[in-house]
Amino acid sequence: MTASPLTTPLVGKEQFLAEFERAESAFADNGRGWLQPIRREAIHRFAQMGFPTRRNEQWRHTNLAALESQAFRRAPDVSLNEEIVAFARSFLLAEPGALQIVFVNGNFAPELSSLAASDGVRVSPLAMAMLDEGELIRRHLARHARLDERPFVALNTAFLRDGAFVHIPKERRLDAPIHLLFVSTSAAEPFVTHPRNLLIADEGAEAKIVETYAGLSGAAYFTNATTELVVGPAANVEHYKLQFESPAAFHLATIQVRQERASRFASHTLSTGGLLARNDINVALAGEGCEGALHGLYLGAGKQHLDSHTLLEHASPRCSSREVYKGILDGESSAVFNGCIQVHPHAQKTDALQSNKCLLLSDAAAIHTQPQLKIYADDVKCTHGASVGRLDQSALHYLRSRGIAEAEARALMIYAFANEVIDGFRIDSLRERLGRRIVERFQRNGV
Amino acid sequence: MPLLEVKNLHVNVGGTEILKGVDLAVNEGEIHAIMGPNGSGKSTLAQTISGHPAFEVTDGDIVYGGESLLGKKPEERACAGIFLAFQYPVEIPGISNSLFMKSALNAIRRSRGLQELDAFEFLELIKEKANTVEMDEALLSRSVNSGFSGGEKKRNEILQMAVLEPRLGILDETDSGLDIDALRIVADGVNSLRAPHRAMIIVTHYQRLLNYIVPDFVHVLNGGRIVRSGGKELALELEEKGYSWLEEEALARS
Repeated sequence: MTASPLTTPLVGKEQFLAEFERAESAFADNGRGWLQPIRREAIHRFAQMGFPTRRNEQWRHTNLAALESQAFRRAPDVSLNEEIVAFARSFLLAEPGALQIVFVNGNFAPELSSLAASDGVRVSPLAMAMLDEGELIRRHLARHARLDERPFVALNTAFLRDGAFVHIPKERRLDAPIHLLFVSTSAAEPFVTHPRNLLIADEGAEAKIVETYAGLSGAAYFTNATTELVVGPAANVEHYKLQFESPAAFHLATIQVRQERASRFASHTLSTGGLLARNDINVALAGEGCEGALHGLYLGAGKQHLDSHTLLEHASPRCSSREVYKGILDGESSAVFNGCIQVHPHAQKTDALQSNKCLLLSDAAAIHTQPQLKIYADDVKCTHGASVGRLDQSALHYLRSRGIAEAEARALMIYAFANEVIDGFRIDSLRERLGRRIVERFQRNGV
Repeated sequence: MPLLEVKNLHVNVGGTEILKGVDLAVNEGEIHAIMGPNGSGKSTLAQTISGHPAFEVTDGDIVYGGESLLGKKPEERACAGIFLAFQYPVEIPGISNSLFMKSALNAIRRSRGLQELDAFEFLELIKEKANTVEMDEALLSRSVNSGFSGGEKKRNEILQMAVLEPRLGILDETDSGLDIDALRIVADGVNSLRAPHRAMIIVTHYQRLLNYIVPDFVHVLNGGRIVRSGGKELALELEEKGYSWLEEEALARS
């Protein structure tokens, strides 16, 4: 028996191809003709690649069957009721002067945003910025995030509509952080958003940029985000990506970074929400003498699956990179860490260091950790290490022998393990809030 | 009623019987030294009183303050006023020494219905106590015991005892690996904690710590039993004769 096509929603690749047909005429209306061939190329590439299977080496330990079998609607418009406003505000940064741009279900929410910038610093919705920053945006948008072997970047690019645009002009050094907050609400049916961010720091500029993704509990949706970040010559950018999606959410995100000569870049990621979440960070150390740092923390519980893929591409001489990823997994959660360091033939004097440490709190939790070193230069220092362990029982007993109850002792030790990463967060309100969240998360789970 | 009463205590570790019927009574205000050769069960006795899960009591009882300790968790024993200075203090990277001691002190205060100390009150207290054991304040903000020298670790144990003010302090080979200066500092710290309401058990292999901390009673543990008890002069006798006479005695008995 064949079900009627009217009642059987399309799923997987087909639904997005069909949706593209419907949406393209609307996209074409917005007067940005130069985007059209980019979108078409992207949907074409997505059609070719489709959803990756586990035969694909890059997706071997991440099963997308649940994502592929679900139908996702366009994100519903919502009016900002008290619940949504309070939820969004709970994630805003407390730092005075912080520029914060908020999106709810993919739509810019001016009521929750504070964008009063000065001295040429620009934080605004990408769609709006295209009207008057067309030239700069055209030079960078979809120029850095490659599509090959990245079906979800292709999908994001095909549906590129809005997201955050940040521009820090030459030599501007910002003290207060810039915050991009993407909130998803619950809806009658699962929906999808494709946030697209373009962040540009010109020569000698300095900024801290935070991306937060959060969903109301119970909300079922798919966030498919792509961020392109350009760190200009001698610029210094700290990027924070915090993922607190709802427990029923899918979150796939790619952050593509290009570092020009003598620039410094540090990425700090926290991945703790979602049913299935994957974060790809690809950093091209394109100019000579760059420093890149990747710090990540993933916290899994229940049946969550959290995947962290990083690529450090040493494409120029005398660059250094430091990478520390840590994970804590409880319940039946699973995680993937795949860290690739690629050193191009002429990238001599490369100095790269990578470590992944994972703490398993239950017998059913699992981690797949894999370093990948692809070194094509000969004068290179490259080290990596991975460790997987359980809570140190002698340390636990030591704490308890001083009067600290078992639950508190465990929380302290979990906090201590995570602290190496959290301590590197150089935004005070974030560091304090995250420390509390980590302790609460594992206490709530009865650890 | 003694503060601590160990009755016919039998303890297994990993299936091997280590303590084979230990009896010991400790009153408030007393200092007892437990001496004996390596492997005699001294540390086992100390760890068992503190509630280490690897030590299984198969017979007998430990009564503290009129209540059996068997079945009580280590944290419950600590809250009741038992403190063990570890022979090998554990390193815990990521937790600052002062957060650790504040968490411990406040857990104990909560259990007694006392108000918790805030960060400021605690800082004042810890600085004062660190002074008494001549501990560098910089070690307070470092991770617990991480990268501490042997002497610093032992001093840190005494500092914790000073902060937590137990009713029963047990020092497990606190003198091992200490040079003479560190030994004196540790002993001064312990002596300053001597009080009429507090008892201490000093577990040691050597007599030299007892030059600085003078015990009221000395017990010799061998083969899992206390084979001799006496006053402080017993320690001197052991120093002179070593432990080999114990073996001879044991042979003579069998």
